[in-house]
Amino acid sequence: MRSPIPAPYSPSGAGVRPSLLYEVRKVLKYESELNPAFGQDVARKAHGENLFSCIQCGTCSGTCPVSHYMDYSPRRIIAMVRAGFEAEVLGSSTIWLCASCYQCTVDCPKEIKLTDIMYALKQKAIAKHLYPDKFPIPVMAEEFYKGVAKNGRNSEGTLMINIARRTSLFNLFKYTRLGMKLFTTGRMALREEGIENKAQLHALLRGVEKAEEEAR
Amino acid sequence: MKYLYYPGCSLKSTGKPYEESLKAVFFSLNVPLEELHDWNCCGATAYMAVDEVKSFALSARNLALAETLGEPAENGHVQLVAPCSACYALLLKTQHYLAEKEDIRKKVERGLKEASLTYEGRVDVRHPLDVLVNDIGIERVKERVKSPLGSTIACYYGCQIVRPYATFDNQANPTTLDTLMEAIGATPVDWAMKTRCCGGTLVGTIREVGLRLNYLVLKEAERKGADVVATTCPLCQFGLECFRPDVNANFQAHITLPVAYFTQLVGLAFGISEKELGMQRLFVPFKSASIGG
Repeated sequence: MRSPIPAPYSPSGAGVRPSLLYEVRKVLKYESELNPAFGQDVARKAHGENLFSCIQCGTCSGTCPVSHYMDYSPRRIIAMVRAGFEAEVLGSSTIWLCASCYQCTVDCPKEIKLTDIMYALKQKAIAKHLYPDKFPIPVMAEEFYKGVAKNGRNSEGTLMINIARRTSLFNLFKYTRLGMKLFTTGRMALREEGIENKAQLHALLRGVEKAEEEAR
Repeated sequence: MKYLYYPGCSLKSTGKPYEESLKAVFFSLNVPLEELHDWNCCGATAYMAVDEVKSFALSARNLALAETLGEPAENGHVQLVAPCSACYALLLKTQHYLAEKEDIRKKVERGLKEASLTYEGRVDVRHPLDVLVNDIGIERVKERVKSPLGSTIACYYGCQIVRPYATFDNQANPTTLDTLMEAIGATPVDWAMKTRCCGGTLVGTIREVGLRLNYLVLKEAERKGADVVATTCPLCQFGLECFRPDVNANFQAHITLPVAYFTQLVGLAFGISEKELGMQRLFVPFKSASIGG
């Protein structure tokens, strides 16, 4: 059964309908269809074993500045992670809407690090490529990651072009005016940024990869 | 004592006026600030979404470089100034995780070893707001004021300098920026959006959501009668200012409120020229209501 995202409260009176790529999905599942290891797996990845002590009070959802745009609120995400709704959680808009402002993390009465759990879920979704092709947030994350792993610094011009290439070239036109203004006020450089000692950076990241492989 | 300066990617591009005004203010106070040689990206938000341990490793390289190149303060620790909130929060988070999580420490140490680097934990990560208020001190700032600002200011701390690892201010109701703004002759407004999230990069990715978060902050600052929003973070400044035409169009609003870095406002009160503070780089111009300035 599908129901549309309700229009969030708008002080100006005009209901703004988020044009997210997702809709609320209500799913009935048999226990055998769930992944019972999912909760433990996420807890380990996020260093947050205490997610199992969540009391479902909803403080996280109440304090989150974007929860009303999410298909599943943060509180529900925690419950679903615990219960093993892997596909629903990794396919949710929630994990991408989280802007990591850490409000839930500091307010949670059980000291559950929700922001870190959201990061762990993002990492899992990206690793499994569980997001629509042109969805800009994971695309930005991947392109940012590639640029920094190569050069040690982010080049905003290159990043913008690579995101537009993988999402919609229309975006590039949409931001032309902004780009020009940044350029003329000296706030955007078009040259490729990078550090001097790239060899050291690459050795560092390779070292981490080796340690990860050995730990597996 | 010398402070090491970690700019991060933003202060070299969209946040350039932040860098210019920060340097000018520290210079004016005779506090040496030296850029960390060959620093790399901190590995913030977007990087963290792909790989956590590598993100910590990136920050660990910066900490290791700082420990080697910096000059330790009285407490034996090098003072590393990180003005961007995302860099600041991630450097602190890295320190916490390296100290608390053995598996992460082992992996990061392996990376550092392969890169011929060492980090022993002798670096203090500091925000310039913290340094100005707690090291340099409000009295020294007051002494240096030439033309008190006279403006009404909405002090906007944003999320990541107080959360999750606040070291110098209250998480729920921070006041250091208000104190600093009072010291330069401005009047801070009492408002509830001090630490509300601006949405960060959402403004460029899921537009509707990002624009709304920025709109709420701006609208409330305007309603409280602020002349300017003082910000401590390049990402907040970018969203609140550079997407203004989109915010106004989307919400049928006419918000003309300028958004300036707190270091620019301090610089103006010190009588530093607008050009040195990068005021001409702002999209929404700010003219201070300075008293006798």
